[in-house]
This record gives sequence, C-alpha cells and structure tokens, in this order.
Amino acid sequence: MSSDFWIILTACLMSAACGLLGCFLILRKMALIGDAISHAVLPGIAIAFLLSGTRDSLAMMIGATALGLLAVFLIQWLQNSGIQSDASIGIIFTALFAIGVIIISLNARNIDLDLDCVLFGEIAYVQWDTWTANGIDMGPRSVWMLGSALLIILLLLALFYKQFKISAFDPAMAVACGIPVMLFHYLLMGMVSMTSVASFESVGAILVVGMLIIPASTAYLLTDRLGRMLMYSVLTGVVSSIIGYYTAYILNASIAGSIVTVAGILFGIAFVFSPKHGVLIRRLRQRRSQGTAIAE
Amino acid sequence: MTHLSLSDPIAVTDNNAMAMPLQVTGLTVAYHKKPVVQDVSFTLAPGRLIGLIGPNGAGKSTLLKASLGLVPSIAGDVKVYGKTYQQHRKKIGYVPQRESVDWDFPTNALDVVLMGTYGRLGWFRRPGKHEHETAMECLRKVGMADYAQRQISQLSGGQQQRIFLARALAQQAQLYLMDEPFAGVDATTEKAIISLLEQLKAEGKTVLVVHHDLSTVEAYFDDVLLLNRTLIGVGAVKDIFNADMLQQTYGGKMAVLQGKEGIVLAGK
Repeated sequence: MSSDFWIILTACLMSAACGLLGCFLILRKMALIGDAISHAVLPGIAIAFLLSGTRDSLAMMIGATALGLLAVFLIQWLQNSGIQSDASIGIIFTALFAIGVIIISLNARNIDLDLDCVLFGEIAYVQWDTWTANGIDMGPRSVWMLGSALLIILLLLALFYKQFKISAFDPAMAVACGIPVMLFHYLLMGMVSMTSVASFESVGAILVVGMLIIPASTAYLLTDRLGRMLMYSVLTGVVSSIIGYYTAYILNASIAGSIVTVAGILFGIAFVFSPKHGVLIRRLRQRRSQGTAIAE
Repeated sequence: MTHLSLSDPIAVTDNNAMAMPLQVTGLTVAYHKKPVVQDVSFTLAPGRLIGLIGPNGAGKSTLLKASLGLVPSIAGDVKVYGKTYQQHRKKIGYVPQRESVDWDFPTNALDVVLMGTYGRLGWFRRPGKHEHETAMECLRKVGMADYAQRQISQLSGGQQQRIFLARALAQQAQLYLMDEPFAGVDATTEKAIISLLEQLKAEGKTVLVVHHDLSTVEAYFDDVLLLNRTLIGVGAVKDIFNADMLQQTYGGKMAVLQGKEGIVLAGK
C-alpha cells in the first residue's frame, strides 16, 4: 500500500474522531478544555513510555487518558476553590505539559520520542511504524489506534446520543430528569483524552486542538441541527485532510500544518459565505430589511 | 422551628403529609459559607397554584434548585410525594429560567420539547413515534405547533418560554417547579401560560412558580410562599398576601401601601 494512502487514512480517522468530539466541546463552550486536555496528556504518554519502555499503544492510551481526566478534575477543583476558570485551565495544562517536557528531555537519550514529534507530530512516517501481531505485519499502528478511538466514539455517541445532547443544551434540566450529567461529562472528557493520545503521534499536541475546534466551528455555521453538525464536522475534517495532504506534497511542507491551515481556510469561507450564519448573508438581510423599511 | 403548612393543619397527619407533593423541612443552602436560604420549611398541597415571592437575592431560584437537588443543601430534607427526589424525579417537571441555556444551540422547537421525554426513556431507548406525538401535543397546548420545525434562536423570548413550558408538559409530571416563566414575556405568552397553569391545576397537579409581578399575584395564584432568605410566610393568598407581610418580606427595600385597588408598592 502506498504511503499516501496510509497518511491520508490516518489523517481522515483523526479528523473524524476530533470532529465528532469537537462539536460537543464547542456547544458546551469547552473549546479551551479540549486544548488543555490535549496538552495535559503529555506526561501520561511520557510516563507510560518510560514504564513500558516501548511505544505500546494500549499502555500509552490508558496512561494518557488517565492524565487527561486528572487535568479536568484538577481544573474543576481549582475553579471550585475560587480560582477564575480561564486561569485554572491555563495553570493546569501548562504545568502538566511542562512536566511532560521535563520527563522527555531528562530521558532524551533512551527515549525514542523527541519534542518536535510531540509538538507537531510525524504523520509522514506513519507507514513505517507498523504493528506486528504474531509475526504478521498488521499495518500502521496509528491507523489501528485512531481507528479504535473512532469506533469507541461512534459507539458511545450512538448509544447515548440523547444524554450527550441534553447535557450540552441544558445540564440543569438533564440533572432534574435524572440523567447522570457528570458521568457523561467525564465520558466526553475521557474520549477527548483518548483521541488526543491517539492523534498525538500523527499531528502532535498543538495541531490536534485545531482539528477538535475548527471543523466543528465550521459545521456550526452551516446547519441548525446537531445531527447534521456532526456530519458536516467530520466531512470538513476529512476534506481538510485530503486537500491538506496534497498541498503539503506540492509545497513540500509540513503535512499536519497544511491540514490545519486548510481547515482554517474552510472555516473562513463558511464564516463569510454560510447561507445560514455567514457574514455576507447577514449583511444582505440587514440591507434588505433597511430597504423595505425605506420603501414603506 | 415552626413548620408552616398550606393545607388544613388538622388534616396533616403523618400519613397524609407523606403523600404531599412537596415537603421541605429545615432546608438551608449556602454559597461559600454564606447562607442563601436558611431553615425553610413548608408543605405544598395537591391541586394548587403557588407563587414564590420575594425580593431579588431572596433565594427563590436557589430554593427551587435545592428542592430538585441541583444545588447542594447543607441541612434539611426534601420529600416529593413522601420520597426523596431521586426516587420520584419522574414526578417533577422543571422549567429553568429562560436565560439559563444557549438558544443558539443547533436544534428546533420540537426537539427541545422531546427532551422532556428523555427522563422516561431510560438509558438506551430513543424518542420514537409515541414521544413525537406527545411532544406535538404539548406544543399544541402552548400554541406553538406551527413552530415545531423552527430553529430555536429564531423564536421570540415569549415563544422560547412557551417551548420550555411545553417541554415540562412532556415530562408528564405531577409537580411542576417553574423559575420565572413570566419574566420578560409578551401578553400572548402570559395568557398562554396562565391558561396552562389553570389546566394543570384542574388536572390535580401542583405548580410552584417563582414570580416577580406583585400586581398579578392575587389573580394568578391560590397560595403564596413569601421568602427572603428565611421563609416569611406561607398560606392562601387571601390570608397572607397583605401589606404587613409584604413589608416584612421586602423589608426596607419597598414601601407597601394597601389601598382599595389592592396592594401598591413603591421603591424607597
């Protein structure tokens, strides 16, 4: 299989997983929490790496997901003790990320995990990092990781769609009708952590935030229904991945960087031209209503 | 601690009290150790419309939320039909303040009303044909059937309020707790809400409404709870809704004058 195929597949799986979760993050006004989690998982990855000595995906996934949840918990705790919410987020994620950076730099010699990769990913090499089971080459490891993350997300969202939806729209009402809102909150945060870890090696800590927030925000501008927003978000992410990959190929530039840039451009286009909430249509409506007011 | 009851005191034997829609005993809620609601006790009787009245910051919303377990209480006990609210959540319909949610959420009116059925559906069932029919019926009751497919941000404030009421109806509850449903609504909506309250009452349901407009209290409610951190009074409107009690409730913030036309309030 060609390396193009594996890179694009990895990017598409990552965008789909991020796109789905991103919708719930922005609807709950938690875009910054997504940012925080994607950074806070770093010490988890580093510690799991140190303990297992390999890039064993499962250990990494569990270790880092636990760290992501710990970050959410610590942020909540600081907020409850009277620290402002944006400050709490800033404190926790930079502190945890910094610890991760220290652990990695301390063990730079015997760790096969460098900071560049951590920050920006190395999606160009996914093809050579394969998973071997019983001596059989099963294909790129990141495809397996992101694929399972996406499957888990799809399964949980399909099973508990109504709970996630009402918890996002009206958590007080959700609690009042007996829906365990906190459980679904941590479930969502757990999924974001898991996806951050799975996306880490391909796009890195900084760009994964872009894929969580940008396609979802684009989709938000394009529709008035949650179901469609989820679909459009995945679609925008996948389109960004494909166009981004070929742009990087032509320019000989960073693939992950190009993907997120394309996602940003698509958002810009939606922001101006969206038939529902675009800047252009709002101007037009305004002018039309002024026109009719004058005509009357 | 005196236990104030809305029903005939002789009728309230322990057994009867067990079955009352809402029984609150010694409820105290504090934010950052500052008490917001202190030692409040009352019992609501079935088939009544009750207004919860008090100045800003009196803890009206907090009392409502604490009764539902939405904010933690530091003391006291709440019983819904004789059981804890966790056991009887399905019997309670809740209408939060309209401003408490983001109306730009990507959904339509029907979908919001359908959320009222989620509590009954349990963990895995999705709203089906039956739930859609219920939701449409509830929209009809608040005069919003024509707006079922309308994106919620495109509705007026009054229409949004009616959607919230329709959602509470879809909960098919016995006891309704409503947080300022009349706040900032148009005359059509006000009428729609009042006729709905009357209808609920006729069906033997109990409705507790946080209310601000003192001039309409006598027209809308059977009973009132007067609250200013502590419970000032509770009883039938004709018995306790008078200048003296309002003076106590609003303290120095208002001058309460009782004239032939009813009660007149003037800010001090």
